[in-house]
Amino acid sequence: MFIERVELMVNQFSPIKYFCSISFSRTLKFLIRPIGLIFVVAFFISSISISEANEFESLLNDLGNKSRSKIKIAVQKLGELGNPAALPALNALKSKRLAVTGKGNIVILNESENQAVDVLTGEKLNIESLIFKKPRINNTVRRYLATAIAKLKLNSKESTVRLEAAKELLKRSSSSVLDLVEASLKIEKNNDVKEALLLVLAKINIEGNDRNKRIESINTIKKFGSKDFYTVLERVLQKNDKGEFLEEDSEIRDSAAKAIKSIKQRQIFIDQIANLFYGLSLGSVLLLAALGLAITFGLMGVINMAHGEMLMIGAYATFVVQNLFVEYLPSYFDWYLIVAIPVSFLASAIVGIILERSVIRHLYGRPLETLLATWGISLVLIQTVRLTFGAQNVEVANPFYLSGGVEVFNGVVFPYSRIMIIVFVVFVVTAIWALLQKTSLGLQVRSVTQNREMASCMGISTRKVDMWTFGLGSGVGGLGGLALSQIGNVGPELGRMYIVDSFMVVVLGGVGKIAGTVAGALGIGIVNKFLEPISGAVLGKIIVLILIIALIQKRPQGLFALKGRSVDN
Amino acid sequence: MIKQILELHSFRGWFFTFGLLFAAIFLLPVLNIFISEESFFHIPDYMFPLLGKYLCYAIVALAVDLIWGYTGILSLGHGVFFSIGGYAMGMYLMRSIGTEGVYKSELPDFMVFLDWKELPWYWYGFDYFSFTLLVIFLLPGFFAFTFGYFAFRSRIKGVYFAIITQAMTYALMLLFFRNNTGFGGNNGLTDFKRILGYSLQDPSTKMGLFVITVLVLFLSYVLSRYIVKSKLGRVLTAIRDVENRVMFSGYNTLNYKLFIWTASAFLCGLAGALYVPQVGIINPSEMQPANSIEMAIWVAVGGRGTLVGAILGAGLVNVAKSWFTVAAPDYWLYFLGFLFIVVTLFLPKGFIGIFDRFIPKNSNRDATND
Repeated sequence: MFIERVELMVNQFSPIKYFCSISFSRTLKFLIRPIGLIFVVAFFISSISISEANEFESLLNDLGNKSRSKIKIAVQKLGELGNPAALPALNALKSKRLAVTGKGNIVILNESENQAVDVLTGEKLNIESLIFKKPRINNTVRRYLATAIAKLKLNSKESTVRLEAAKELLKRSSSSVLDLVEASLKIEKNNDVKEALLLVLAKINIEGNDRNKRIESINTIKKFGSKDFYTVLERVLQKNDKGEFLEEDSEIRDSAAKAIKSIKQRQIFIDQIANLFYGLSLGSVLLLAALGLAITFGLMGVINMAHGEMLMIGAYATFVVQNLFVEYLPSYFDWYLIVAIPVSFLASAIVGIILERSVIRHLYGRPLETLLATWGISLVLIQTVRLTFGAQNVEVANPFYLSGGVEVFNGVVFPYSRIMIIVFVVFVVTAIWALLQKTSLGLQVRSVTQNREMASCMGISTRKVDMWTFGLGSGVGGLGGLALSQIGNVGPELGRMYIVDSFMVVVLGGVGKIAGTVAGALGIGIVNKFLEPISGAVLGKIIVLILIIALIQKRPQGLFALKGRSVDN
Repeated sequence: MIKQILELHSFRGWFFTFGLLFAAIFLLPVLNIFISEESFFHIPDYMFPLLGKYLCYAIVALAVDLIWGYTGILSLGHGVFFSIGGYAMGMYLMRSIGTEGVYKSELPDFMVFLDWKELPWYWYGFDYFSFTLLVIFLLPGFFAFTFGYFAFRSRIKGVYFAIITQAMTYALMLLFFRNNTGFGGNNGLTDFKRILGYSLQDPSTKMGLFVITVLVLFLSYVLSRYIVKSKLGRVLTAIRDVENRVMFSGYNTLNYKLFIWTASAFLCGLAGALYVPQVGIINPSEMQPANSIEMAIWVAVGGRGTLVGAILGAGLVNVAKSWFTVAAPDYWLYFLGFLFIVVTLFLPKGFIGIFDRFIPKNSNRDATND
């Protein structure tokens, strides 16, 4: 009872809240002393800089001033003070979320403008009881703001923030930041930030009058610049109406031309790397989609038209696991994906086994009918999911370790999710390979694939092998769905988008060997991505199809077919 | 020749065939024109395009039956040939709109919309009906011949062939979805006004198109029956049953397969060309892989390798589709899905097979065991 009341009280005075809640807990009592020490030290520091702090506060208050010139001066001075604490307020001013309350307090509104935070105290305010107005800014103020924000960011201790600021400056560099950039360059130690700052400097100096500095700038751009610098360099090479160069100095022109050439070459290289990566990524998705298909096709000679729906079921299983985590284990949300791996595998595998037992088993030896029957199954599955989860796409969130990406080159980002999928595929393929090569089930599967009758004669229960293999193939499809849920939309028609491509993988790679599927999937993925920039996505797909038909002329059984002498193979 | 054709059916068979033909060509129009609208026997105007649509599907089913039911080659890409015929007819109909489009331009509306200044070269000639007919007759077959030559030459068959044809229709669908391909992109070709000067809105034009469709279906049926009863047809059935033995007996199966594949595509193209003026639109979704698979199920429902079954199946499935999509749209896919499963599991000979079980036959029908 008492504690409750104190807590209630404490909640209203947030500064003591932290302190009190600790003192309630006996086990944490020993923490009090060091914390007290910190408080004392903090007091000393604040008393030293108390005059500066006052100026800082009054400047912050000035941000809400009616007069634009006062805002301008405040912004400028805040930039010069270099206190990063001003960043949120300045950013808010820039995005028109800074407001002045009736009492004259400066507050920051959140994006949906239903919450406000006091700039000075950090207190959360109830927005409904407030009357506020927003200070008005014009383009001049905005220019000052950009510079001030960049300055503050360049002072930041985090190298990522500094890099971001440098890149921001690169986008709209003006001679006004020249001194600032030069000053930060002197103290900058991080190479990436240095590079970016050098580029900012070069971009400004190339327009200047100093000949040596201009040539130096062009060389810097040649060294580090990306394709964004084409316009800057081309301006140097501009001609007037009579066809004469505006730039009289031939040395500057030559070095600019050379710079363009070397950037272009580098760009081609970067594009190739990016194509390769995205090709690999597409290929690994196709591989996950096609691997299960190839296994069942190789074993039973049955094309499972419902295989795409196994992907869909895997993706929806991921979705369900995610929702369960949101509901019951929100604090462990980011790890739902790990749990989803076995769940999506099992969900698809069970559906696959049921299909095999109930339908496909009865159609043995009639591959074309199986194809039609599995198509019917896929329709039923799609419609069931559509009626259960709705026809709209559902949202599957990336956990924190899969969001974002790594910037390999300037402007080329490899998302973590795609990198993880490639790793995941390597893991799955290795696991399947081990299963087929090292276990007794694998041995049985391989023998049934090679010669069903003979395997049966040797005492292998081909029916059981069929069932387990079908489950395995479907389960791998479910894993494919899990992977797809991390990079694309999850909807009832998810499987349809990949099914034709994964059939092509099987046709190209041949059946009976994992290597064939791997080669087929990666080949199609990479060729697709390299053709896309040249011919467009659709024509690229058609060219790939024509290539496959051409390849089949040479190797009718696919690239990696098992060799046999049977006439019907 | 005539004697051969007459031998295709028994007297009773011909009697039924001509009876149906007569009913479709004379009785239905008479019931439409001369019976008052209140009467139960009156056939309303909207029935003719609808029936015409089913009949076009029946021609497609005949085509699929020739290649799948008799030759054992399952094609999942017949939507392509259907669409080629349809687009050819659609292009003619687009050109005959003249300057009456929304933009009052010489060019088709979608080209004005895309800001194209002149007609692409492949639209030349579609101002003339004769040229259009030539394209309808030749292009689907030619395309099929080229594709089939490369596919059959490398002995792609069975499931492989089905998948390759599916990829073909998928790729072409993507191609036609692009605006830049020049066939109206997503929306396809529509808003037709007239054919050969006759307004497409006019009930008599609709009736005329219906009668033509009936006649084409009749001729396609006789042609198909003629093919499967000939020696050539016997070889085709043999290819379906054991292709290797046919090859070892000295037949070049490539030629036979190529012939029936091309003929099937030709029929499909005709069906597409008749379909477009009656339905009033052609767009790339006709080339969806799902549509082509549905064509196979029409044949499977009716009964493979019977021709009559194919026509029957196309009618049954599409009437069911029309009914479901209005009455219970959520359950149409369930119905279709279970139809696929049930027919393949329990009715390998389709509905014709059910009748056969009750009606004793003196001769063996073409067995469908592959």
